Amino acid sequence: MIVAGCDIGSLTAKAVIMNDNKILATSVIRARSRPENSAKEVIGIALKEAGLSMDTIEYSVGTGYGRKKVSFVNNVLSEIACHGKGAQWLMPTIRTVIDIGGQDCKVMKLDRNGKIVKFVTNDKCAAGTGRFLEVMAKMLGIKVEELGELSVRAERTLTLASACTVWAQAEVVHNLNEGKSIEELGAAVNQAMANRVVLLINSIGVERDISMTGGVAKNTGVVKSLEELLGMKMKRTKMDPQIVGALGAAIFAKEKLEGRQ
Amino acid sequence: MIVAGCDVGSLTAKAVIMNDSKILATSVIRARSRPEESAKEVMGMALKEAGLSMDTIEYSVGTGYGRKKIPFADDIVSEIVCHGKGAKWLLPSIKTIIDIGGQDAKVIKVDENGNVIRYMYNDKCASGTGRFLEVMADALEIKLEDMGAVSLRSNTPVSISNQCTVFAETEVISLVNDGKKISDIVSGLHRAMAHRVVSLAKGIEVEADVTMSGGVAKNIGMYTAFEDALGIKMKKMKFDPQINGALGAALFAQEGH
Repeated sequence: MIVAGCDIGSLTAKAVIMNDNKILATSVIRARSRPENSAKEVIGIALKEAGLSMDTIEYSVGTGYGRKKVSFVNNVLSEIACHGKGAQWLMPTIRTVIDIGGQDCKVMKLDRNGKIVKFVTNDKCAAGTGRFLEVMAKMLGIKVEELGELSVRAERTLTLASACTVWAQAEVVHNLNEGKSIEELGAAVNQAMANRVVLLINSIGVERDISMTGGVAKNTGVVKSLEELLGMKMKRTKMDPQIVGALGAAIFAKEKLEGRQ
Repeated sequence: MIVAGCDVGSLTAKAVIMNDSKILATSVIRARSRPEESAKEVMGMALKEAGLSMDTIEYSVGTGYGRKKIPFADDIVSEIVCHGKGAKWLLPSIKTIIDIGGQDAKVIKVDENGNVIRYMYNDKCASGTGRFLEVMADALEIKLEDMGAVSLRSNTPVSISNQCTVFAETEVISLVNDGKKISDIVSGLHRAMAHRVVSLAKGIEVEADVTMSGGVAKNIGMYTAFEDALGIKMKKMKFDPQINGALGAALFAQEGH
């Protein structure tokens, strides 16, 4: 039984193809200006990797910001439901999922079946979202993917006073002019990000086990700072945390065919 | 009796010199990297305009973000109190002052004597401060000073859905790409800005008469936007609204002396 999940986010698009309980292929691309183009491209790459054609997909589910524009899916579901589903499938003991995307941050609490019990989301303020890191990486003249490791390399610690992305940007410029290193500032940016996210997490309370999904989960500096602030370790899988939403969508597709949904 | 008020803000520094009830000179400069330099320079300009030397100033009061670094001030007073004082002196019927500077926004309520009864202050979030408009002017490739005039040409203001400066900047770029008129976007931004400040002031009952001070009060489009958000006709200062804080400081200098 071959199914697919497709997650069209604000900055990236992701696809997962599964055969029963086996992941056949995954793909991640930078989003195009039109969600329909992103969807076609990302599923095309995954199909190619799996050596399949579109008509072999028996059922597919779309999710994410641009889910309503995915032409080929049989159904659409919210990314909150999909992230919960995907995380729980990968790590059955997970009860809290922190999903940080390109322009939002969500904290979800799950029951033992992966169903969402409670969630809180911030998409109003860029602080605490992937956008904060994008803006800061640009100021530091590095790629956003390079930010995480700076926390490890920094010899001294420095604190950013502002939570607001705009004010923090000015602070970073000021500190660069004062001769502070990219490493110190990168570490400070990751810490500021974690400080902001922890406010959202604490607003609904955290329950073990906890894990992160979304692109920002790849930033080891943010993950480490969050672990310190929460006083607990994040569960990790070998799977790319960015594809968890698409994976959840694929699992919903599978369950639909199995008659469980 | 010759007195002076000096307001050293984050982006600009202002000075006012008074002789009894008469304003002799005012000056506004872009702030230097060190507040003490800004203070000396802006005061020097006002003195020159008034044809006076520093030693003729009998008493001076400093205010604003950098007030503790003003070398010549005899006393310092918070900018909230100074804005209340200045606005009341310029417009005796005033009850609420909306002061928007380069990096903050304040809504100040005063009693019949100009004493501050309540105030709200935001400097944590760039939205609703002068920086919001600066970022948007840059994104639209127009001058900050031109925004007011540009907005007057709008008949159908665009509704801006994002409050965050960072997200609204992206929204503005896509509105431009969608072919929306610059004037409609600017007018929409003024409205978004006014609503942000009004929602920050929730809990303070905004009472007429209402006026604006600070650099953003030079933007004519903001008056219409606030009138729309508050449903109250705004009063305009007959004087440069940017020097209101320094004026308040000078008035305190008169009393303090």
